[in-house]
Amino acid sequence: MASITFREVEGSSLKYWMLFGFLGLFVLFGALSWNTMHHYGHVVTGMDNQIVWGLPHVFAVFLIVAASGALNVASIASVFSKPMYKPLAPLSAILSLALLLGGLLVLVLDLGRSDRLIVAMTNFNFKSMFTWNVFLYTGFFVLVGIYLWTMLDRSVKSYSKAAGTAAFLWRLTLTTGTGSLFGFLVARELYGTAMLAPMFIIMSFAYGLAIYLMVLAAAYAWTGRALGDIVMMRLKTLLAVFVAAVLYFVVVQHMTSLYFTKFHAVEAFMLRDGGIITTLFWVGQIVIGCVIPLVILLSGLGKQRSWIMIACGLVILGGIVQMYVTIIGAQAYPLDMFPGVTEKSSFFDGEVHPYSPSMPELFLGLGGVAIALLATVFGIKVLRLLPASLDDATVAKLEH
Amino acid sequence: MSEMKPMSDNTPGSPERRRFIGVATAAAGLALAPGVMLIEVAHGRPEDQAASAAVRWGMLVDATKCVADCNECVSACSTENGWTPVAESKHPRQAPQWIRKLELQDPLTQLETNLPMMCQHCGEPPCVDVCPTGASFKRADGIVLVNRHTCIGCRYCMMACPYKARSLVHEPLNDTQKPDVPRGIGCVEACTFCVQKVDRGDGNTACAEACTKAGHNAILFGDMNDPESEISKRLRELPTKQVRADLNLNTGIRHHGI
Repeated sequence: MASITFREVEGSSLKYWMLFGFLGLFVLFGALSWNTMHHYGHVVTGMDNQIVWGLPHVFAVFLIVAASGALNVASIASVFSKPMYKPLAPLSAILSLALLLGGLLVLVLDLGRSDRLIVAMTNFNFKSMFTWNVFLYTGFFVLVGIYLWTMLDRSVKSYSKAAGTAAFLWRLTLTTGTGSLFGFLVARELYGTAMLAPMFIIMSFAYGLAIYLMVLAAAYAWTGRALGDIVMMRLKTLLAVFVAAVLYFVVVQHMTSLYFTKFHAVEAFMLRDGGIITTLFWVGQIVIGCVIPLVILLSGLGKQRSWIMIACGLVILGGIVQMYVTIIGAQAYPLDMFPGVTEKSSFFDGEVHPYSPSMPELFLGLGGVAIALLATVFGIKVLRLLPASLDDATVAKLEH
Repeated sequence: MSEMKPMSDNTPGSPERRRFIGVATAAAGLALAPGVMLIEVAHGRPEDQAASAAVRWGMLVDATKCVADCNECVSACSTENGWTPVAESKHPRQAPQWIRKLELQDPLTQLETNLPMMCQHCGEPPCVDVCPTGASFKRADGIVLVNRHTCIGCRYCMMACPYKARSLVHEPLNDTQKPDVPRGIGCVEACTFCVQKVDRGDGNTACAEACTKAGHNAILFGDMNDPESEISKRLRELPTKQVRADLNLNTGIRHHGI
């Protein structure tokens, strides 16, 4: 098998430092947002006692789900022994670590008492999905870290497959855990289903791969390295399969709910009467996030690099909208404590709850994205993560 | 040295010293008396004794007696527990509400029902299940509480509660706090069944007292494990329901007339 040369990105150009500074600026905005929220309390956010999880959770859960999915490419290389994917694996691992870091930071900085993080790390309730997630996230860092080490250090290279397999199984568990954060909630109609765990896994595949593709293409374009069409075409077909699978899960979930009379009202809210939530669902999640990317990826347009990038961007945008619909939409619909009767109270019972995210929430979320990208940009500068060339000739040699 | 007072003033039995001892004794007496009195009053659970599972505190809400536009229970709760009434809050959507009046109407029959809604003190509380730090907990006597010191404000319990009973404190609190009702920014809180009153031995909650005082008698609080308690007797006679009985949470609040 042909060998591949991995090389750090030099990272001394003005362009590199401008990118670094640009991302750093958003990290700074994120930090200021956290400071504001921590100082004044959640009163400065659009969240209230009705919409208790807001935009920061949308970003955090999206990043955590995408983190697990970004490991896809590495998993295909090591677990399923596809040699073509091997040179793509280190970036996949670092990106997944970076995305998880960004997501977790947003999650913990949005806590009512983010200063009490140590309490969350020393007091556990093992019946809580959150507690399990604390261990799943920590384990992910450790396992993917070890996996990355086996890829970068020749002396431990023989453990790469074992480490990759462990990381693969762990990340399936991790996303099951993330989906179950919602799946294990009895109170709300749109949660409390085992569907959420596998659905989150397939969503992670799509979102993670879309981010991976964009980062890969950007890294190669901006460093002037060759990235051949073989890699891009293979990955974009894979992305189309994942996006189609996401669409399938969403359709099955809603079809099932539509069949049950007790869910008719909440389904009507989501699919027809929910105002902004309905619009976001149809336009954002379905059309922008699934249909248009599928058309691009499966048609002749998908042969052009720029269109693949547009499709990836739309999948990511659709993914964030999907998280918004899943997290905010389910809370916006009032709890049905007394089925069949109308409810009214000073606590907004029986009403659809409005939500307008505030600036600190938006910038806290974007800060998480920026941290993830900044960590990746820094990672490829200090570690040999990217092959010097991924042109078609080099990649073709790997397959034989 | 010439400025020193004569020795005789400090000798035992001097009038000044006697006066001082007298005043000091009186002051000490004044300081101790309330404590001594309180020991008499506090026939509740001593602090070093854990809550007992032999007791299950519970409530019977009779919606047929609950009156529209009456807010006595809500006001009493706010006064007892020191949370700002929602009408006085600058941020009503974010203001905590430990108890609220709920108006129900059947769209077909037009029947209106009123009832107070608060933490249902479930036997199997979903909030306790999901709490990552164990800050949400159920006491042996059935009261569901939040430990102010280990709550990290993740709001997972608020997502899990089927009764929307919990509130996050969204802003720094003013000085209306009560010494025996700890609250704080960034933490989640809810009805405590007036645990401070229960532990003092009052045997009743502020809302139930207020409802009785207003002459409605729609709220009855007591020990559901004691067959001789008023609440147990009434529960044996009156048909009652649990809200969201389908979830099988074994709520501590039972409703008649819903």
